[in-house]
Amino acid sequence: MQEYCKLSANQLKEDIASKNIKAADIASSLISRYDKVEPKINGFAHFDKEILLGRADTIDKDPKGPKNSPLNKVPVVIKDNICVENELTTCASKILDGFRPPYDATVVAKLKSSGALLAGKANMDEFAFGSSCETSCYGPTKNPYDLNRIPGGSSGGSAALVAADETVLALGSDTGGSIRQPAALCGVVGMKPTYGRVSRYGLIAFGSSLDQIGPITKDVTDSAILLSVISGYDPMDSTSVDISVPDYTKSLAEDVKGLKIGLPREYFIEGLDKDVKERVSAAISVLKELGAEFIEISLPHTEYAVSVYYIVGCSEASSNLARFDGVQYGSRENRDSLMDMYKATRKRGFGPEARRRIILGTYSLSSGYYDAYYLKAQKVRMLIKNDFDEAFKRCGLILTPTSPTPAFKIGEKIKDPLSMYLSDIFTIPANLAGIPAISIPCGYSKEGGLPIGLQLMAKHFDEETLIRTAYTYEQNANWKKVRPNL
Amino acid sequence: MSEYLTTIGLEIHLQLATKTKAFCGCQNKFGQSPNTAVCPVCLGFPGSLPVLNKEYFLCAIKVALALDSEVAEKMKFDRKNYFYPDLPKNYQISQYDMPLSKGGFIEITIDNAVKKIGITRVHMEEDAGKLIHDEKEPFSYVDYNRTGTPLLEIVSEPDIASPDEAYSYLVCLKSVLSYLDVSDCNMEEGSLRCDANISIRPKQQKELGTKVELKNMNSFKGVKRALEYEQKRQLETILAGEKIVQETRLWNEDKKRTEPMRTKEEAHDYRYFPDPDLADFTISRDIVDKIRESLPETPQVKCNRFKDEYNLSEYDASVLVMDKPLSDFFEACVKLYAKPKYIANWLIGELQSYLNEHNSEFKLLSITPRHLTEMIELIDKGVINNKLAKDILKEILSTGKTAGNIVKEKGISQITDKSAIQQLAYEVLKENPKVRDDYVSGKKNALGFLVGQLMKKTQGKANPAIANQVLKHIIEKDKT
Repeated sequence: MQEYCKLSANQLKEDIASKNIKAADIASSLISRYDKVEPKINGFAHFDKEILLGRADTIDKDPKGPKNSPLNKVPVVIKDNICVENELTTCASKILDGFRPPYDATVVAKLKSSGALLAGKANMDEFAFGSSCETSCYGPTKNPYDLNRIPGGSSGGSAALVAADETVLALGSDTGGSIRQPAALCGVVGMKPTYGRVSRYGLIAFGSSLDQIGPITKDVTDSAILLSVISGYDPMDSTSVDISVPDYTKSLAEDVKGLKIGLPREYFIEGLDKDVKERVSAAISVLKELGAEFIEISLPHTEYAVSVYYIVGCSEASSNLARFDGVQYGSRENRDSLMDMYKATRKRGFGPEARRRIILGTYSLSSGYYDAYYLKAQKVRMLIKNDFDEAFKRCGLILTPTSPTPAFKIGEKIKDPLSMYLSDIFTIPANLAGIPAISIPCGYSKEGGLPIGLQLMAKHFDEETLIRTAYTYEQNANWKKVRPNL
Repeated sequence: MSEYLTTIGLEIHLQLATKTKAFCGCQNKFGQSPNTAVCPVCLGFPGSLPVLNKEYFLCAIKVALALDSEVAEKMKFDRKNYFYPDLPKNYQISQYDMPLSKGGFIEITIDNAVKKIGITRVHMEEDAGKLIHDEKEPFSYVDYNRTGTPLLEIVSEPDIASPDEAYSYLVCLKSVLSYLDVSDCNMEEGSLRCDANISIRPKQQKELGTKVELKNMNSFKGVKRALEYEQKRQLETILAGEKIVQETRLWNEDKKRTEPMRTKEEAHDYRYFPDPDLADFTISRDIVDKIRESLPETPQVKCNRFKDEYNLSEYDASVLVMDKPLSDFFEACVKLYAKPKYIANWLIGELQSYLNEHNSEFKLLSITPRHLTEMIELIDKGVINNKLAKDILKEILSTGKTAGNIVKEKGISQITDKSAIQQLAYEVLKENPKVRDDYVSGKKNALGFLVGQLMKKTQGKANPAIANQVLKHIIEKDKT
C-alpha cells in the first residue's frame, strides 16, 4: 500500500491532483501506518478508524468536493487541547475523560472548510503542562528517532506523528515552546505565529496571554501552506488581530541577501550541548554564505524569562482550569458535600504537574503575594518585550538554538521539575513578547543521531521573513535528512 | 438613637436589558425555560472565549453619565475567582481596580430638603446562574440562563444616614435609570438587587463603627425594613456593652430579622487579575461625548419644566416625573386636551391609588392618553360626574374599553333633566324634614347632606350642581 503520509502536503496535493487519489485511499493508508507504527510511538490521544473512514467517505461523496481547496484530502492531526465538534477532546487529562465539545475550534472549522482530512487527536502533556509528553494520562509518546527518549512537549504527539509519518500535517499549541521544542527534538518544522495571528477560540486555555496555535510539518513549505489556512482575525476571539493574512506560500523564496540576523549572546551560553552548538554554528555559516549578515545582540533580561513565564503562565492556568470542577462535563467524583465533590474530582482528575502549576498560580495571585509575584512578573515581561523591540531596531531576525539539548531519556527529568522547566529556556521569551518564531531541523547529534533544531524569531506579524529565511536554509542545508527507522 | 449616628452605603446590581448577553450572542431575556438561553461561551465550556457586547458597553456608559460619574480612560476587565456551581468558569468577569467610572451622585429629597448621595464607582460584570433547591431531592439544579447577563454594580458613598434615606435613594436611582430605558429595575424579578453596609457610632465619635453587610432583600421596602432592624440590633448590642462583629448577615423577610451568614475571617480571597481574554482598549472620548449629548432629560430637569410649562406644584411635578412612562403619558394627554392640572390630578390621585391597590406599575397598564382625555372631556361636558368617572376609570383600567363605550353600554350618563331631579328632591325633603329645618334655620352645610341623599337615590348619576340648585330652589320657594 502506498504510504501517503511519507509525503509532504505539497507533494501529496500534487499526487492527489494528478492521480485522482480518493480520500478513502488516504484514510486506509493512514490506518495501516497507524497499525504498524503507533504501538511504538503512542502519538495519538484519540484515533477512531470509523470516524476517519466516515469522514473520508463524506469528502469523496461530496459532489462539490474540495478539489481546489488548499488542503484537499490532506491528513491533519489536531492536538488534543483543540476542540473538534463531537470528538473526544481531553487535553490528555483524566478530568476531561469522555468530553466531546459541542463545537469546533475556529482553526478546526477552517481546516474542515479547506478540505483537510482530520485524522485524530494528538497526545500531549496534560493541559500542555510539560516539555516531554510524559504528563499525559495516556502515557508518554516516544521519540521516533529513539524510542527510549521523549519527543519533547507539550505538543509531543503532534511532532512525533509528523516525524513518524503517521500524518502529513499537525496542529500544536505553543505557550512557552510547546510547538518548537518538540519539533526540534523530532526533526520537523514547528512554527509559533505572532500572538493574535491565529484564533484561540476552541483552544483549551493554559496561559491565555501566551497560547498560540501553530503548524507542525515536515518542511517549511507545508508550514507556510498550513499557516495560510489557519491564520486570520476571528470575531470570536478578542485577542486575535484584524490584520490581513498574506499568502505565506509566496514567501517560499531563496533570498537572505543583506538580511541582518542577530545572535543574542545570552543564548549561546556555557552548558549548551556540544552537538547543538556545532549544528547551529554550521547553519549560521550556510546562511552567511548565502548573503545574510550576522551581528551579536543582547537581550539582557533573558535570565528572568523562565521565572516570569512560570508565574504568568501558572497564574492564568490556575484561573483557566478552575472550570474543571465536575459540575458540567468531564469526570466527577460524587461526594455528600459540594466542597468534598470539588476536592475529590480535582484531586483524582488532575495529574501531579497540573496540580503543581495550579497551586503555584493560585499562590502568586493570592492577596499579599500578588504584587511580589504576578505584578512583578508582568513588569519584567514588559522589560523582556522591550529587549526584543530594541534588538529588532538592529536586525530583522534573531537566530538561536531551539533547545539547549537534543531529546533526553524518558524519566530523566520528570522527577526534577526545575531542570525540566529549563528545557524551554530559549523558546519562552518569544511567547512573553508575543513575537513569531519557528524551529527548523539543522542536523543530528553525532552520537545517537538525534535531531537538532534552530530557532528563528521575527518582529510581530513578520512571519514572512521567518518563512523566507527558514526556506532558504532548508533548501541549502549541508546535511542529509534521515528518516526515523521504525 | 439620637445619641448615635447611622452610616449606610448601598451596592446595587443592575441587570441591563440588552438584546444579547454581556460576552456572547445568547438572548438576554427573563423567564425562558431552564438552560435554553445558553451557548459554549456563557456555559464557560473549555476553549470558549468572551467577546464584549457593544450594546452593553454603550448602555453602561449611558448610566455612568446619567449619574454624573466620570468615565475611565481605559476599559479593562478582571477575573474574580471563586468556586460556586452557579458560576460555570468558577470566575466572574468583573472590573476591579479600573472601574468603568468613578464619582457621581444621586439627589434625594428628605424632609423637604435636597440631599446629594455620592456614587463611589460604577463597574461592569457578568451575572451568575441560579441554583434551584428542591427540598425533596438530595441535590440541587442549576439554571444557566442568567449566566452572562450584563450587570452594572453601582456603589454609593457611605452618605446615607437613615433607612428612610436609603429607601429614597433607591426610588430616585430607579427613577433616573427608568429615564435611560436600560433596565427593568425590578427588584422582585431580580433585575435590580441591593446589598447594604450599615454601621452606627456615638455622635461624638469621628471614625465609623464596625460595618455589617446585609444581603437577601427582595424589595425597596425590604431594604428599609432590614436596615431598620439592623440599626436597632446594633444599637442594642452596643448598649448591652457588646461589640459589633464585622460580618455579612442575611435578611429573613419571613421572620423580619437579619441572620449571620459569614464573618470577615471566612471572606474569600478573590485573586483578582486582568482577564487575558479581553484585551484592554481606550474608551474613545468621541463615543462618551456622543452618548452624553444623546442622554434624555433627567427627572430633575423635567420636574422644573413641568412646573414652568404646565404650572404644576412641586409635589405634582415630582410625583409625575418619578416614573418616566407616567410623565410621558401626562405630556401626551396634555397634547390631546390642554388641561394639565386636571390631568395631573387624575394621574396622581385615582390612578396611583389603583396602582397601589393592585400592587402594579404604570408601565404595565394598557390605558392610552386618549382613554383618559376622553373621560375628562365627558366630565367637562357634564355627561358624567367625578364620582361616576372614578368608577369608569377603574373599568377602563381593567378592561381597556373607552369611557364613551362604557357610558353607552351601561346607560350611565348623568341625569341633567331638571324635572326628573325635582321629583327626587321632593322625595328627599319629605324623608328628611329635620335636615330641611336645620338648613332653613341657617345651618348651610345641611344642604350638602340633602344633595348627598339625592345622589344616593340616583346611584350618583345626578348632576350634583343641578341637584344643589334644585334643592335650594324648592326650600326657598317653600319658605315664602
